Amino acid sequence: MQIVLQQIINALSLGSIYALLALGYSMVYGIIKLINFAHGDIYMLGAFCAYYVISLWHFNFIIALLTAMIVSALAGVVIEYFAYRPLRKSPRIAVLITAIGVSFLLENGMSYLVGSNARSFPQVMEQVNYNIGGIVISNIQILILATALILMVLLQVTIKKTKMGRAMRAVSVDPDAAELVGVNVNHTISFTFALGSALAGAGGILIGMYYNQIDPLMGMTPGIKAFVAAVLGGIGSVPGASLGGFLIGILETFFQSIGLSAYKDAVVYFVLIVILLFLPAGIFGKNTKEKV
Amino acid sequence: MAMLEVENLSVNYGVIQAVKGVSFKINEGEIVTLIGANGAGKSTIVKTISGLLKPKDGQITYKGKSIVKEKAPQTVLDGISQVPEGRHIFSGLTVMENLQMGAFLQKNGSEVNKGYQEIFERFPILQKRKNQDAATLSGGEQQMLAIGRALMAKPKLLLLDEPSMGLSPLYIQEIFKIIKELNKKGTTILLIEQNAKQALSIADRGYVLATGKIELTGTGQELLANPEVQKVYFGG
Repeated sequence: MQIVLQQIINALSLGSIYALLALGYSMVYGIIKLINFAHGDIYMLGAFCAYYVISLWHFNFIIALLTAMIVSALAGVVIEYFAYRPLRKSPRIAVLITAIGVSFLLENGMSYLVGSNARSFPQVMEQVNYNIGGIVISNIQILILATALILMVLLQVTIKKTKMGRAMRAVSVDPDAAELVGVNVNHTISFTFALGSALAGAGGILIGMYYNQIDPLMGMTPGIKAFVAAVLGGIGSVPGASLGGFLIGILETFFQSIGLSAYKDAVVYFVLIVILLFLPAGIFGKNTKEKV
Repeated sequence: MAMLEVENLSVNYGVIQAVKGVSFKINEGEIVTLIGANGAGKSTIVKTISGLLKPKDGQITYKGKSIVKEKAPQTVLDGISQVPEGRHIFSGLTVMENLQMGAFLQKNGSEVNKGYQEIFERFPILQKRKNQDAATLSGGEQQMLAIGRALMAKPKLLLLDEPSMGLSPLYIQEIFKIIKELNKKGTTILLIEQNAKQALSIADRGYVLATGKIELTGTGQELLANPEVQKVYFGG
């Protein structure tokens, strides 16, 4: 029982990071119907940004988190502006291939600039382990989970209650009609990229704290796993992405805990195949009906 | 001086030239209708006025100012709102949120609140369904919401693209009644319709479009009585 609870704690920490990443995938897909394969690399940028501000300037966790989020948000907006916006009227496959290209550019550009070696993530705070009835939970795990949950709530409030959030939803269901009521579609898309990328940046600093290690290719696998999480939850759905992230985290931790660590990635991809075959719209996805 | 003047407008839709040198004008306070069959270029003209499409050639002047290069958000600020063909309400957003989107560019909060009250007085059904997902509304209710949303921007000129399409006869009567009322209250209206009889009967003036060109023009009554219009639109 203790082991199970212990693993659930671990799974939730990891899952919350996947959820943060999956949210960005889902939001960007919702608004421009693009699977942004460079999203995992934005998360790598966030991790590196946090790495530098913590080791060079000794920023505390909150400031480092905010810096990573702002830098990632800017990176997301710049990428959208230069790489995706010129292709707004092109076939979707062209944009998709561009996204893969941007992903390679970020991975290899970063390897070139800082070297491809893995480096250990500086300690933001002293790790303290709490033992609650035999379950060990560290302050870092609590911090990861709390940060992720707070960000998710903030995102939900932004989307549901603010004017920009309404504009995002309006553009994602009907860009032309949104333009006709006066929404600047380009600004709204930039705003969506900024939000999604900021969450990815937050995920980057959290994963650095979780695994204590970062490298320029760190975004590849989590990026794809977060994509699977977004598809599992129903791509385009915000609560779906959060749920999907947690489910993938739980699944991965479960396979690790029963001694099948070597298969933990394969299992996630297997899940993708199963969803695409049996539940292509995902858990919260809706089958869109076209009304004329 | 005309409120809106369209001169020699040509618009390409993909490779097809959908509108070929169309000129017409709308005076303040009028209901002007453009009628014509499918593919005559009616919707293309409206989309070009509201800034969704760019014309190949021609001029659009609104209150003495050229708006031919303006994008949709700017024309909304100028006072031109479009109710798009097929309603295009925001599904997944509630009725209230749809109306809030209509007021997207409005800065004055108390004016906006007054706007909601006016819309709810005109369309009581929308108040009843305020917190419902707009996609759950019936076709006629969605059309009312689309009109209400456009009115939230306080337009001086309202462009209505096929407002009666797909509606039951009862709702069609209702929609045309609303258009007349809005006009009486001071909104100038450009009405695009396939339902030529209804449109001409409430219009001050009309233009008949065929394959991207204006074929006939006159007052609503003149066009209704015109034998050619009768032959084509009312089956002789």
